[in-house]
Amino acid sequence: MGFRGTAIWSAVPFQGRGVVIPSPLESVSLSVVIFLVTAAAAPLLKSRQASLINIAFSASAIASVIAAFAGFNAVATGAVETMVLPVGLPDLPFYLRLDATSGFFVTVTAVLVFFVSIYSIGYLKGFIGHPAGLAGQRKVTSLAVFYCLFVAGMLMVVLADDAYFFMISWELMAAASYFLVVFEDENKEARRAAFIYLLIAHVGAILILLSFGVMAGLSGGFENFNGYTFSAMRASHIPGVWKAAAFFLSFFGFAAKAGVVPLHVWLPEAHPVAPTNVSALMSGVMLKVAVYGMVRVSFDLLHVSDWRMGGVVLVMGLVSAVMGILYALMQVDLKRLLAYSSIENVGIILVCLGLAMIFKSFDMTALASLSLVAGLYHITNHAMFKGLLFMGAGAVMHSTHERNMERMGGLIHRMPQTAVFFLVGCLSISALPPFNGFVSEWLLFQAFLLSPSFPTPLLNLIIPLGAALVALTAALSARCFVKVFGVVFLGRWRGQHDTTVNETGLEMRGAMGFAAFACLALGLLPVFFIGWIDAIPRELVGGRVSETASEFGWLWLTPVAAERASYSAPVVFAGILAVVAAAYLLTRIPRAGVRRAPVWDCGFEKITPRMQYNSTSFAMPLRRIFGFLLSVRETVRPSGADPAFPKRLTYRLKIRDRIWHGCYMPVADASFWIARRFGRLQHGRIQIYLLYSFATLILLLVFA
Amino acid sequence: MENGFAAQITGVLAALILLTAFALLVQRRIYGLLHIFAWQGLFLSISAAVVGYSTGLRHLYISSALTLALKVFALPYILYVLIHRLKIQKEVEEVVNIPTTMLIGIALVIFSYHLTSPVRELSTLMTRSTLAVALATVMLGLLMMITRRNAVTQIIGFLSLENGLFFAATSATYGMPLVVELGVALDILIAAFIFGIFFFQIRTTFDSLDIKEMEKLKEED
Repeated sequence: MGFRGTAIWSAVPFQGRGVVIPSPLESVSLSVVIFLVTAAAAPLLKSRQASLINIAFSASAIASVIAAFAGFNAVATGAVETMVLPVGLPDLPFYLRLDATSGFFVTVTAVLVFFVSIYSIGYLKGFIGHPAGLAGQRKVTSLAVFYCLFVAGMLMVVLADDAYFFMISWELMAAASYFLVVFEDENKEARRAAFIYLLIAHVGAILILLSFGVMAGLSGGFENFNGYTFSAMRASHIPGVWKAAAFFLSFFGFAAKAGVVPLHVWLPEAHPVAPTNVSALMSGVMLKVAVYGMVRVSFDLLHVSDWRMGGVVLVMGLVSAVMGILYALMQVDLKRLLAYSSIENVGIILVCLGLAMIFKSFDMTALASLSLVAGLYHITNHAMFKGLLFMGAGAVMHSTHERNMERMGGLIHRMPQTAVFFLVGCLSISALPPFNGFVSEWLLFQAFLLSPSFPTPLLNLIIPLGAALVALTAALSARCFVKVFGVVFLGRWRGQHDTTVNETGLEMRGAMGFAAFACLALGLLPVFFIGWIDAIPRELVGGRVSETASEFGWLWLTPVAAERASYSAPVVFAGILAVVAAAYLLTRIPRAGVRRAPVWDCGFEKITPRMQYNSTSFAMPLRRIFGFLLSVRETVRPSGADPAFPKRLTYRLKIRDRIWHGCYMPVADASFWIARRFGRLQHGRIQIYLLYSFATLILLLVFA
Repeated sequence: MENGFAAQITGVLAALILLTAFALLVQRRIYGLLHIFAWQGLFLSISAAVVGYSTGLRHLYISSALTLALKVFALPYILYVLIHRLKIQKEVEEVVNIPTTMLIGIALVIFSYHLTSPVRELSTLMTRSTLAVALATVMLGLLMMITRRNAVTQIIGFLSLENGLFFAATSATYGMPLVVELGVALDILIAAFIFGIFFFQIRTTFDSLDIKEMEKLKEED
């Protein structure tokens, strides 16, 4: 098939010598095969851990580059390519399909996997330790194996074109990530987190399976398996009630994986205990694969055309965004904070998708495609900056051996380059121009602001409210990351021992540098990006943004019309650079040298680094304002003879996830209660068990 | 006439099988149990041969031979060796006392006759009247498993239950297909080996074959 993207493939040197250039789908399949082969071959190098890390993760990096190029081409051309694999059960072959939507997700996944694979080479060397020191030494074979399987699973989910292959890939992804979460299995916390993760993943998988069952049954009949391919589902017209059932089943199934409130509880547990490169992938792309599932099912297979479905998605997204960022603000564990922030970002993505569904159901294709583009843009951005932030957090933890932010501080002096990359990530996630987070949130606000009045009063209420909540979320997330950067990198070191803290290795810094560059590039050149993904809104909602967006060339982004709104990242960037340069010159030139003097200590002589403004104190005002949404228990207990002059103050702060205690604990308690009741049937006496069967037999014989 | 005579013989054999089933319930000595079990197998084998002769179904002869080999010689021998090796107490310990067990057994037989009465009216097979006995044997085997405490007696109860099933198969449908028959025979043989291994394991773990010891295996509250 001829397509524009061939230009990129012709850059491959052996082109033109009779070598068949693989098509995008073949390339992605090749990449999956490389991942699977690497996973199979990794145990052979078990005894040589250092070369295992180098080889396995270099292979992953190469495979992800192949997949990224192929996915890029598939999106750029908008061509649809299919393949049938003669494996699987008899008469149920695996169908593969690469269209613009799956190509987009392949690209996002592969690009982040590329960064993280490079990062892992440096990061995992910390696990195997130095040959001299035994402390912290650990085999990483299983990590390498499941890492490759995990990535292969994600790519296969995106390529799948039938329910059967989709579920197999989905479960491969879930199982592999379970083993990655439980990698440090001597740790009780890790086992618990992994169990919760597996549990919720399975609940989600059951819902997805049921949804596919409904769709397959209604499109191909319940007597045969003809309906199990996505093409059959796509072609069929499912009646209203069943459509809603299939939609909500699949939505909640995918929501469990994407970490949407209230199905998010596994996420803040699993991310902190997993190795950081894994958290980066789980947060950066695995959540996006779940979003891919939502997009695929609701836009492509079910052709959702009821605003109420979009409304539910919108409201769930808003709740996730606000709750996610509020919880993130309260955290002191760096990775846990990032995990909650992922919940917030998934919420924003869902808001975009929900808006797209609402607009689509009222046939406003331009706005629908604008919201969809905003969502896809945010998916890419979140993959990049959250990957970057997790990698940065891993670098910090790698050097400080500390997860608690209250014991960090002043790292900008020790790790200047990591600090710069982390700052880029913080600025991006806080949606500040000229970085990428701003563009996608700005597009989302445009979609909100341009939305006309709807025939239903409920929507007219929700949409402005939603815009306000998204604005609140953006502001809170900026505050959250001011806190992170300030507490971790600025100020002075709060911990016990800081002699060991120094800059991380070249691979890790390189990977973070790539990701930071991607954040900047996506922020500066939004017009190119929107032009690139043009095929997706055309395919899914039947509209396009790129024509109006690039009306004024690559410099100005004008989503709908220039007189309504326009944004030029390069101009803003140039302005910022000019201001910074001017400020630098103005402060530097007149006074040569910096005067160093003791800090004014308010008359209190013994100032220690622990008296700095810290993470908990930074979040205090918000804890007061939004405390009713969280479950906060704060106690201050003076000790000493006279309470008026206490010798010591004990401050205890406990913030718990209200949803965990409100929704999950009752279910868990009830199931334990029932299990205990049933446990009484167990006496341990064979005679009694036989009596049960005997009595059942007699009863059945009498009454049957 | 021939059929009538065969039916008579089958009836007698059914009565003998029922008698042995009761004898298993009554017998207090373990070696005695083995003998009775072997007798039950013998009656079963003869009845299969008689049914096979009178109906002309050849494969029933094979079933009969298998039963003879396995249930009359092989299994009792294996169990005998086991008991000998494990030096099991010769007395059978029961949970419910024997007269009560007998009364329950009689009730079960009456129940089986009551239950199979509609079948006896509908069926045209010459062996139809023995279905009730087969069902009763199954239930008596189960009853034996419930009321005995020693692991070996439980196994004998289980094997007698299986005898009942086999008898039900010959009496209700003139035997199962040969493949199934062979499979079941093989299963029984394998089961006997597994029991043997388990006995040694239980013995080494609990120092006794009294399955009361296994009550410890339940979940703690």
